[in-house]
Amino acid sequence: MTSLPQNATGTKLGLVIDLDICVGCHACAVSCKEWNAGGHSAPLTDDKPYDKDPLSVWFNRIHSFEVGVGQESRTVHFPRSCLHCEEPACVTVCPTGASYKREEDGIVLVNADTCIGCKLCSWACPYGAREYDHADGVMKKCTLCIDRIHNENLEEVDRVPACVSTCPAGARHFGDLGDENSDVSRLVAERAGYALMPEMDYKPVNRYLPPRPRSSRQTPATDYEPATTGGGDAPASAGFLAWVDQMLSR
Amino acid sequence: MHPAYSVIFFTTASGAGYGALSLLGINALFGHLPTDRWLGFAAMAVALGLITGGLLSSTFHLGHPERAWRAVSQWRSSWLSREGLLSLITFVPAGLFGIGWVFFGQTSGVWAWFGGAAAVLALLTVYSTGMIYVSLKPIPNWNNRWVTPIYLVFSLATGATWLYALLRLFGLNPYPLAVFAAIFGALAWAAKLGYWRFIDGAPATSTTATATGLGNDHAGEEGRVRLLEAPHLEENYLQREMGFQVARKHGSKLRRIALVSGGIALLLLLGSGASDGVIGLLAAVVAAGLTGVAVLVERWLFFAEAKHAVTLYYGAERI
Repeated sequence: MTSLPQNATGTKLGLVIDLDICVGCHACAVSCKEWNAGGHSAPLTDDKPYDKDPLSVWFNRIHSFEVGVGQESRTVHFPRSCLHCEEPACVTVCPTGASYKREEDGIVLVNADTCIGCKLCSWACPYGAREYDHADGVMKKCTLCIDRIHNENLEEVDRVPACVSTCPAGARHFGDLGDENSDVSRLVAERAGYALMPEMDYKPVNRYLPPRPRSSRQTPATDYEPATTGGGDAPASAGFLAWVDQMLSR
Repeated sequence: MHPAYSVIFFTTASGAGYGALSLLGINALFGHLPTDRWLGFAAMAVALGLITGGLLSSTFHLGHPERAWRAVSQWRSSWLSREGLLSLITFVPAGLFGIGWVFFGQTSGVWAWFGGAAAVLALLTVYSTGMIYVSLKPIPNWNNRWVTPIYLVFSLATGATWLYALLRLFGLNPYPLAVFAAIFGALAWAAKLGYWRFIDGAPATSTTATATGLGNDHAGEEGRVRLLEAPHLEENYLQREMGFQVARKHGSKLRRIALVSGGIALLLLLGSGASDGVIGLLAAVVAAGLTGVAVLVERWLFFAEAKHAVTLYYGAERI
């Protein structure tokens, strides 16, 4: 049924992604691909992987953006995956009922047995969460690792999405964003977590934590004076030691 | 958006077919339809042929065409489902109307009511086609009030033009139909011009800043967000399907081609009515051909010029 669930439990499982911490290593994307290539929506086809014009299905993609200009600019790595929206048009536009939002936890899934591969849901998603699998002829998307998070055969510590358990920087958090006392909800409240493209009115569940304001640098790097020679105790003002000096002086 | 030929052909052919069907049905209701069976056969074959051909072509882009029957189930929420359902229901009165005309040589009484029902359902189907596009918020070029009326007017204009050419081939010259086609054609192109002006001048719905939550659209260069590194080197499904770009200069050239051929078709239509002979017939046929070309170009542009929000993550700055 592609109408949205009427008796939702209020549970909104989702991710909180910390853009301040993400180092852009793509480990979450690779781990996601690895798990899901054998998971609920398996396989994630790689068409011509070693040829010209390869085409692969991934549920998680890491973009890198530059914000601002010149010395004040900063690089922000930006993981992008399904936001498991509260008002997902990808679900309501589906003509067959293959696309659905789960009543119990809000996860948005595709039933591969009834999907006709019309691709309209991918047109309806502003976030690019859905990728079509040409080999299977059906649409695929992030399942929030539904086959991990509810899997009682796994140790409890492993019952989180693959991307979350893999992140070496701890930039990804998983939990119930419908419960305002959950760790993820508190994190969002503390750090002013936000939703992407609120103007679309899809009410995404996932939240992004903004990069923290950078510590102010009084002296721009280019103004450092060259190291003085023979000045025994003079503070090193360039190169590695200057960096150490700057970091320790914070 | 990637302009898929199957969908362009579908919306053009089915649009014209539904337009022709609704004109036939409405004229039957008002008792203006000739009872000639062969004419009935040709007219219904053209209308239903265009509709069916278009519908079939739209299934070519499906990953699982054999499951297409499932698409009529979600009419409560999905315009695509409503379109599918309405297109199937339309065949019932349209078929009965055709049977009356072709087998019994009757276009009045109960047969006319079948025609009227088919006309209403045909227009509702075209309305749903338009609404499929309107319901897609990530594509501001489609998510606006212009789209559905334009689909309806083009449907009636192309249907009338092609129907008029067909009637001329049967030696008839229903001049009011030519005038109707010309008026609706003029309306359609005027609306299209308004639509092009609207999409060219519309303020940005979303930007890289709103898509990422980074930067600030009101802080000039300092708040600017730009893509530094894409997640992958080769295009993925999202870019192939949603990232199609048409150069602005080609876009404006194609707009002119559509307008000029559509405009010449209007003049030919009006002129053709004046001559009952071969010249009038030729003018009507050429007008039908030119209208087809113009609408195909217009439809191609409808897709090719539409920008999708996901492109904001791949380098586009605004949609």
